[in-house]
Amino acid sequence: MMREYKDKQNVQAKSYYTDRYWVAPRVPTFEASSDEEFGAVLESLKENFTVNEAYIQLKHLVININPEDNKAVLTHLYKELGYGRLMELSAMDWIAKSGEFEVFYEMLNIDKAKRIRVKCFIKENQAIESVQDVFRLANFAEREMYDMLGVKVNNHPFMKRILMPDDWHGHPLRKTYPLQGDEAASWYEVDKIFGKEARDIIGPEIRDGAAIDRYDTERFARLGHEVKFGEEYSSEKTEQSYQEEEGVFLVRKLHKDDTKTVTDRDR
Amino acid sequence: MAQHKVNYTENGGLPVALTTVDKLVNWGRSNSLWALTYGLACCGIEMMATGASRYDFDRFGTIFRASPRQAEVMVVAGTLTKKHAEFIRRLYDQMAEPKWVISMGSCANTGGMFNTYATVQGADRVIPVDLYLPGCAPRPETLQYALMMLQKKIRSEGANKSQRPKRLV
Repeated sequence: MMREYKDKQNVQAKSYYTDRYWVAPRVPTFEASSDEEFGAVLESLKENFTVNEAYIQLKHLVININPEDNKAVLTHLYKELGYGRLMELSAMDWIAKSGEFEVFYEMLNIDKAKRIRVKCFIKENQAIESVQDVFRLANFAEREMYDMLGVKVNNHPFMKRILMPDDWHGHPLRKTYPLQGDEAASWYEVDKIFGKEARDIIGPEIRDGAAIDRYDTERFARLGHEVKFGEEYSSEKTEQSYQEEEGVFLVRKLHKDDTKTVTDRDR
Repeated sequence: MAQHKVNYTENGGLPVALTTVDKLVNWGRSNSLWALTYGLACCGIEMMATGASRYDFDRFGTIFRASPRQAEVMVVAGTLTKKHAEFIRRLYDQMAEPKWVISMGSCANTGGMFNTYATVQGADRVIPVDLYLPGCAPRPETLQYALMMLQKKIRSEGANKSQRPKRLV
């Protein structure tokens, strides 16, 4: 077996500190049978469905099921076991790790104050069954899951983007989506309003928050040396006042020296 | 009952003021700037505070209107998202000439802290802006000052100047 190749060219430029001995802290997990209620729930589920994995984490029972069973499991939890609230539904992107999405459903039993997380793993282009006719919340949540991650949902009545515009390209919460947007995103408003031919006139987005150019009087105003939009840079000092020197028609000029500062707060 | 008290012998004679049409028109325009209610995010709260009784925009002749047809100045108060960009452009186009735009707060100026895929990096990519107002969010006094600066700008240009097409149009 060969060692993995590592480029040692810039070894001096690298930071001397590496976190090779750092171990990520793990949330403690417990057996599902350690809780009376969760043990009973798991028994009931195991009689009817395949449960791949089950444990208790942060007072939640986490169960991993097959994605085909999602609607049946949720209906069973609702009708038979009293988990009548679907609190949250979304997905996580594990494509880089295993080529899968993790779809999770947070369930709540109000009477017993118990929470269950039902999760399942689907392949990148695999669709999942909608649960919107069991839980109304799923209607919008599944649309958001589709919008943000591109997880397709079968038998949803209105499978459409919910947050991003309909003609948006890509799914922003995927790990591969750049934070500052891809090519289509960076020109989205220009293309839509003015057309592609206006790209040259308007120019690319300035994404560098520290960009400063005092000679660019279209984008910057140097404090105390302001000039009009697009005019030549000048080092002359400008006096800031909100009114013209000679006053305005029917409005008296305010002289700062003539003003009186009221110091008595309770007057 | 009321006595007519104009004394024609004082103040240099007749109560007549001489001025130019430009000055007269701009005087009217700058003191009746009706603003389009355009609160997009938290800056909108400051804009509302400026319009309310404590800071009282009405003193400047600025009354918030809910229709672009009745508005002269658009105060872009808040984060402009890419989804919303086409609507701000449409509302700007619907405003009658002459019209001005105040870009209020960091988000409307440059995208601000939202250096993300979904935020327009400055409202001036979509509509021409007359006045950039820094702050996150600017205090109501700052918006008042911005309005006074805009009034000063209006008074300094010719009465027909704002009819000329601006940048991006």
